[in-house]
Amino acid sequence: MIRHSLTTNTLFAVVLVMSLAISCSHRTASAPPPKPTAFGAAIVESSGGKQTAQTGASLPQPLVVQVNDEQGTAVPGALVEFSAAPGVTFDPANGLTDSSGQVTTNVTLGGMAGRYQLTASTIDKARKKVDLRIEEIALGYQQTLGRQLSDQYCDRCHNPESTVERLSNFDNLEIKPHPFTEGDTLNKISDADLTAIISHGGPALNKSALMPAWGNTLSKSDIQALISYIRAISDPPNRNAGPVYAEN
Amino acid sequence: MKEKLKSLWQKLFGDSVRAFGVVSLVFLVSLAIAPAKNYFSEWRHYQHGYLKMIRNRSDAVTLQRHFQGGIQQIWLPDLGVVDRCTSCHVGLKEASLADVNVQPFRPHPVIPHKLDQFGCTVCHRGQGAATTVAEAHNSTLAWEQPILPAKYIESSCGECHRGPLPGVPQLNQGRHLLSRYGCVRCHTVKLPDATTMKPTDDPPSLEHIADKTTREWIYAWLKDPQAYASTATMPNFKLSDDDVRDISAFLIANSTPLPGDTATLTAKAPTDPTAGASLYGESFCASCHAVQNAAGNLVGGDLGPELTRIGSKVRPEWLQAWLRNPRDYDPETAMPHYRFNDPQVATFTGFLLAKTDSDLLANVHLEAATPEQIAHGKRLVSDYGCASCHEIGGIKKPENFAPELSRIGSKPITQLVFLPGMQHTLPDYVAAKIKQPRWFGQALKMPQYSFTPAQIDSLATALLALNDRAATLPPSLTVAAKLESDYQPAGKAGKLMTDLACFSCHRINGHGGDMAPDLTWEGSSVQREWLVEFLKNPNTLRPALVRRMPRFNLTDTEANELTDYIMTVYQNPAIDRDSMPLSGYPQGQVELGKQLFYGKYACQGCHIVDTKTDKGYIGPTLTNVGSRLTAAWIFEWMKNPQALRPGTAEPNRAMSDEDARALTAFLISQKGGGKSEVAKK
Repeated sequence: MIRHSLTTNTLFAVVLVMSLAISCSHRTASAPPPKPTAFGAAIVESSGGKQTAQTGASLPQPLVVQVNDEQGTAVPGALVEFSAAPGVTFDPANGLTDSSGQVTTNVTLGGMAGRYQLTASTIDKARKKVDLRIEEIALGYQQTLGRQLSDQYCDRCHNPESTVERLSNFDNLEIKPHPFTEGDTLNKISDADLTAIISHGGPALNKSALMPAWGNTLSKSDIQALISYIRAISDPPNRNAGPVYAEN
Repeated sequence: MKEKLKSLWQKLFGDSVRAFGVVSLVFLVSLAIAPAKNYFSEWRHYQHGYLKMIRNRSDAVTLQRHFQGGIQQIWLPDLGVVDRCTSCHVGLKEASLADVNVQPFRPHPVIPHKLDQFGCTVCHRGQGAATTVAEAHNSTLAWEQPILPAKYIESSCGECHRGPLPGVPQLNQGRHLLSRYGCVRCHTVKLPDATTMKPTDDPPSLEHIADKTTREWIYAWLKDPQAYASTATMPNFKLSDDDVRDISAFLIANSTPLPGDTATLTAKAPTDPTAGASLYGESFCASCHAVQNAAGNLVGGDLGPELTRIGSKVRPEWLQAWLRNPRDYDPETAMPHYRFNDPQVATFTGFLLAKTDSDLLANVHLEAATPEQIAHGKRLVSDYGCASCHEIGGIKKPENFAPELSRIGSKPITQLVFLPGMQHTLPDYVAAKIKQPRWFGQALKMPQYSFTPAQIDSLATALLALNDRAATLPPSLTVAAKLESDYQPAGKAGKLMTDLACFSCHRINGHGGDMAPDLTWEGSSVQREWLVEFLKNPNTLRPALVRRMPRFNLTDTEANELTDYIMTVYQNPAIDRDSMPLSGYPQGQVELGKQLFYGKYACQGCHIVDTKTDKGYIGPTLTNVGSRLTAAWIFEWMKNPQALRPGTAEPNRAMSDEDARALTAFLISQKGGGKSEVAKK
């Protein structure tokens, strides 16, 4: 224990007050929202939901939401405000919808791995708040490593989506693999069983031999990383892998 | 007033006994402050909170047993670490607290390092010795190092790990961008291992620019490079109309002609309008060049420049000369020398020149340049450091044009000028400087890049890793980067390989690109006849790939010379190519191999042997593998593919020799003539 001199002791109260002041002053105030010129009835997601990014990182695509009226027609000039758990930032945090009724914002996720629930809200004609909830997923180091391994070894069969650069092999397989987002199935398989399938191949659990054994190619920690990634992106969420929604 | 004070003094210190009592009391109270402060300290408050939290958990007994009260400390003299963070972050090592959502009690996420061996501040920075939240996390007057925001955390990995590292894509990308966007051409970055960061972009020489393009295009390009090509790495210098007029005047006036660029071509473009598109496809230009499709998406690689509006840029004569042999204009180009004949060159020229954008040059009207304008243009070219990237006749490449960034990650905050409303932290400063350099002053020369927010974060991450700790770590604590070798193939074949730019895509002996397979052991892998045929006419092995080997129109002599060199030089010492025969395996062994292929190992998931039944798209098509690969290679590949080609997606099945031999016998019997149905598609 460090011995303090009397003079520093008398400063104790001052330091306490100052540290409180510092911790408060570090909260940045966001700009006041602009005045809406129109009001919608509903708010919907155009794009940018269900993305994955690393903890603290910007989402790869911006989040775009649209405000519609009762008929489902886009409303320009309506106010949209974004909010989420502390640590999540929006650039901009609010704005008026453009001529196509949309607001675009860049989202940075918080420092904790997990799912983040974002809220986009607008005000309807009766001045009531209408909310839209959007989910994004932040990956920690282990899940990021898992995603990289998944891209390299797993995705071409397990992901049914083809890209211009890479055709999916999913449709070519006689017995279809489970996409990693398929929580309904994968959440029921324990970590130990997943490890067994990945290490020893499908036959280890009486499943298809089309799933090869990766135990000699991937290390134990690689396989753990893969599983943590699969758990992180599963839909519906895996409840054993931690709290459903992260808070910062 | 004075009377009152006097009477108070009298009351307190009137006689010596009373004075002694009062002074004692004052001392007693001030002595009590120390234990009181200790009692009310933040860490004690958190430790109480932790004990309260775990009390009702099912694993309470275990957690309580792990709990140690008082100030905790991780002391690592080697790293200069004295971290007391675990005094408040009590549950860091308790994996069972994964469901806890409140700080400071969450367990640390899984990382490859042990907390006891690395401490906290090595990665998170902040003040490890502090015992209050404010002093540990925030920057105070006495201690300048605040906690590193989570989005830049990978920069700390980069202090010790000098090369690419799995699991930290942001750091890897940031380092890649520093080279790819030529940042290091103006900013010197000396790495701790005494090397200097090298650029990987390829800005063209401007010595013969007038052969290639017009002054109008240069004008439009300088005004907004991304308007011509959204993928352009050239930044926007935000130049005025007059400045752009003068720079374009100077560049054209300064250009010297190359004789080959003005030759006229005799062959006429074909009448078939689809001929150009098919030739473009057959030559696999899209492996390196992107073109915007009708939907506005870019299709193609990024090794070469985007070609969406190439017709608005290049002069026809130059394009012909370039297509005939790009190395005449730029000996260092990554573009291979396709041996196109005259009709092919004419077809390509017509096809590419049609890719125009009428809006691009619509508003550019330039009068003939005056000598004053040219002189002013020359001055601007020097002022903006254009020669840092481009070769320009008569202008010397400037030295130390921009501030050195070798220790940017430790730049003291007192040396930074912040903008109003900005957080006073180094990461925020670095990110803002990359995002909008001219925010910090209109007179600044640093141009505007069009980075996405994610790219800016990556760049800031890579830059923050360049700090004092990284520069002064003892070599025993660092993980060195694998340096790119300067391997060059020798002799006539070596010259041919340079001419064909093999190393733009293929890697051999630690040198070259990563788009195509590593060819270091190619001589042990393939059969001679197949390789000669493949070089002359590369039919596809992986039908699902967009990027493929183009046909270079090699002569027989060239294909044979190249094959001889590859077969002789690129041999794996552990594989004897002739140790296993290419035919004559017993039928029983072939049958067993077939059963293993379709049953135990289910290879048809990824490969095609029988085009009627198999559909696997991931690995190469194997219908013809018996004419392509050597048996010895197949056998070794079955045993351990990663040993032959690190990172290959083929899993290592730990096969017995017997299984591997049977599969080799089965595969070597596949000599299907090379033209599978899928390949034709």
